Amino acid sequence: MARLQINGATHEVDVPEDMPLLWVLRDVIGLTGTKFGCGIAQCGACTAHVDGKAVRSCVTRVGTVADRGITTIEGIGATPHGRALQNAWLSLQVPQCGYCQPGQIMSAAALLSEVGSPSDAQIDAAMAGNLCRCCTYVRIRKAIKQAAASQATAQRT
Amino acid sequence: MNARVSRRHFLRTGAVGAALVLGFRLYAARPASAETSTAGLAQFTPNAFIRIDSEGGIVLVVDKCEVGQGVYTSLPMLLAEELDADLDQVAIVPSPPNEQLYADPILHLQATGNSTSVRSSWTELRRAGAAARQMLIAAAAAEWRVDPSQCRTERATVIHDGTRRQLGYGALAAAATQQPVPQDPQLKQAEQFKQIGKSPLRVDLPGKVDGAAQYGFDVRLPGMLFATIASSPTFGGKLNSLDDNPARSIKGVRNVVRIGGQGFDVGGYKLHLDDAVAVVAENTWAAQQGLAALEPAWDRGPNAHLGMDDVVRALEAASDRGGLVARHNGDVDKALSTAATRLEARNYMPFLAHAAMEPLSCVADAREDSCEIWTATQVQARAQGIAAQVAGLPPEKVTLHNLISGGAFGRRLELDGIALAVAISKQSGAPVKLVFTREQDIRHDLYRPFYHDRLRAGLDASGKLVAWHHRIVGPSIFARWAPQALRSDGLDPDAVDGAIQMPYAFPNLLVEYVREEPPAIPTAFWRGVGSTHNAWVIESFVDEIAAVAKQDPVQFRRDLLGHAPRALAVLNLAAEKSRWDKALPPRSGRGIALAYAFDTYLATVVEVTLSGAGLVTLQRVVCAVDCGSIVHPDSAIAQIEGGTLFGLSAALWNEVTVRNGRVEQGNFNDYRTIRIDETPEVEVHLVSSREAPGGLGETGTVAAAPALANAIFSATGYRVRQLPIIKSIEELKRRA
Repeated sequence: MARLQINGATHEVDVPEDMPLLWVLRDVIGLTGTKFGCGIAQCGACTAHVDGKAVRSCVTRVGTVADRGITTIEGIGATPHGRALQNAWLSLQVPQCGYCQPGQIMSAAALLSEVGSPSDAQIDAAMAGNLCRCCTYVRIRKAIKQAAASQATAQRT
Repeated sequence: MNARVSRRHFLRTGAVGAALVLGFRLYAARPASAETSTAGLAQFTPNAFIRIDSEGGIVLVVDKCEVGQGVYTSLPMLLAEELDADLDQVAIVPSPPNEQLYADPILHLQATGNSTSVRSSWTELRRAGAAARQMLIAAAAAEWRVDPSQCRTERATVIHDGTRRQLGYGALAAAATQQPVPQDPQLKQAEQFKQIGKSPLRVDLPGKVDGAAQYGFDVRLPGMLFATIASSPTFGGKLNSLDDNPARSIKGVRNVVRIGGQGFDVGGYKLHLDDAVAVVAENTWAAQQGLAALEPAWDRGPNAHLGMDDVVRALEAASDRGGLVARHNGDVDKALSTAATRLEARNYMPFLAHAAMEPLSCVADAREDSCEIWTATQVQARAQGIAAQVAGLPPEKVTLHNLISGGAFGRRLELDGIALAVAISKQSGAPVKLVFTREQDIRHDLYRPFYHDRLRAGLDASGKLVAWHHRIVGPSIFARWAPQALRSDGLDPDAVDGAIQMPYAFPNLLVEYVREEPPAIPTAFWRGVGSTHNAWVIESFVDEIAAVAKQDPVQFRRDLLGHAPRALAVLNLAAEKSRWDKALPPRSGRGIALAYAFDTYLATVVEVTLSGAGLVTLQRVVCAVDCGSIVHPDSAIAQIEGGTLFGLSAALWNEVTVRNGRVEQGNFNDYRTIRIDETPEVEVHLVSSREAPGGLGETGTVAAAPALANAIFSATGYRVRQLPIIKSIEELKRRA
């Protein structure tokens, strides 16, 4: 039995300790916004946060994240970075099929919590683990910058 | 339901409750089903529906699958424009399976593909909206006893300014059904458009940024189990024996099933499923653990030693045969024999997997007397058909819930996931979600064909192109997928697509097709279909001819165009915006490709730099596009941006290879796909036009590979004849 803190709520789950967080979120708890893409940490579709850091939930054993603060795409909108990114994603109409975008937004939110105003190179470095087969990368770059700028504006005012 | 058939194009099906139901069609009737015959619609079976209920709810049945191209927004915009309703007043429902009602007029099949969605709907949906609007106005005018011409509409309301009266469409719905159906509803002129040509927020996007969007992969049902699957590692292998116990001893595993080993025929569409083993469990992880614990004894079968040499040798041998003539102008042999300069080339294009971000998935609940499926499919009626065959039920007992797709690129034109999920559910006595691992998704895909092309060209003494001979050698997808689409002599129109309708005016031209099927490896449509293959071959060879003729690639193409003003315009626009004549640093190059595909004209310029190790860096991409009238410009740009990068990614790195009868690649570590740090700036310039719309979902992909290959030639002098480009790394390193 593991106790998980997900998006501010507590979940008690009876699963093996080596079960990846991804499948606990999706199949056991029912939070399906976190996606499966590869199972080997190559695509980033499963990105979630543990204590504010981006992790690939497909290779994160649930036993290692008990009682730590887990945030998923369903909860990221409650954070200022997450909300700003979602707004920018909509304003620039980033998604096409959309399947990878929860992972993209989670990686971007982790980036913005480290770097307030990332450069292209910092964006590329932080986001290179997130694949998009629709290839929406040009807009992802713009959206991260727009979200960062909107937060800078919000802080000044 | 009682229906009266109008004299010509439209029909009125009368009031259903207090709803105005308007069907419409503009194309020749196909044989009606029993279902539609009993409704009295035999001759004018509609292919889409508007429904306006007394509450004012406006519903459009969308007959296309939302795969990311934006049809859940663009198609309702067409309707809303002519109906004078705002987009937020139009609800959409995915169409049920029904070949008679929803066959695409270009594809003659209920299908999303070949970039037809807007092309097929452009006139039909606007006429539907206009006809409904006219009937609603007539109903209001009758009630107010005013002249309909004095009424106007906005935001789903009929307004009579003279008497300051207004009624919403919902209040008028019942009365409108009593109005005659307009025979030829007046459509707006382009300058009257209020919605078409704007870029409202796509309706599917809010759910795609907060995790709420539901894909097939996300469906959850009470009592649902989770399944994962492993098919025979070799093509055509058989399952000799299997000990279930190692899987069943894992906590959460509920069932181990043997499936596959059979063929299907759904209205001419053929699919063979190799033997497979699936593990069904309480969650995906347990199912995957169970599958990993199994050691199935596979008979490797007749293809146990199959390798790429076998495939390539067979294609090369076939290339010495004469082919079916797809197009022939003038006298190519004579022109070649008298040409001052002759060129020849052989090109090779690899097998490719689709590798959509959402691996194949399907939820099925197969019961004794019914079957429900939840998935994303590009072919709804066929999906219902194959589920019915597997479930052993008549098609009408199968309910399809068609969901948005996490990418498709042609993958969901196939039905293997649905057939497997229904079989597993049936054997397990429970609703089951089948999810492919990425390895199963790549190793048991149906692949973009490996093509071999041979080309010959002749130039006269002045460097003018006088002869063009293109022989295409490869499999026929249509022979399996829709044999009725083949020409009577077996010519596959997809295999020669883009090769027989080039924008160029060649005086002597011969295009041939030699069908050669690879042993055992199933082939399927892939983004850009025939045009993606042929544009690479043709635009690479045109570029080569220009180089031999010592002419600038853009000017050489201009001179070849003859009377093709739209092609010329995009060529010139791409050259201008890319600053074609501006010098580049060493080891850098620019390449251009021009394409006419899916009724769209596109010119793409790619700029690259090579490292000393021969690695290619994409520096800049400029696309000029004339796709006629544009419904949602921002989505048009997005499709070209993404489609171009998709094509560049495949051209640089992607191939599926077979060794000892098995696919060698399995995941994104060995099936490489472009990442953000490899992505250049992409500029898309749209030409303003009022021509009929062209397709956009695949068009960007078409011009990508040749523009890249030509840029590499410009940078290094090395002519790429084989994709992916990474295979030429040693040569590029030597020249860099």
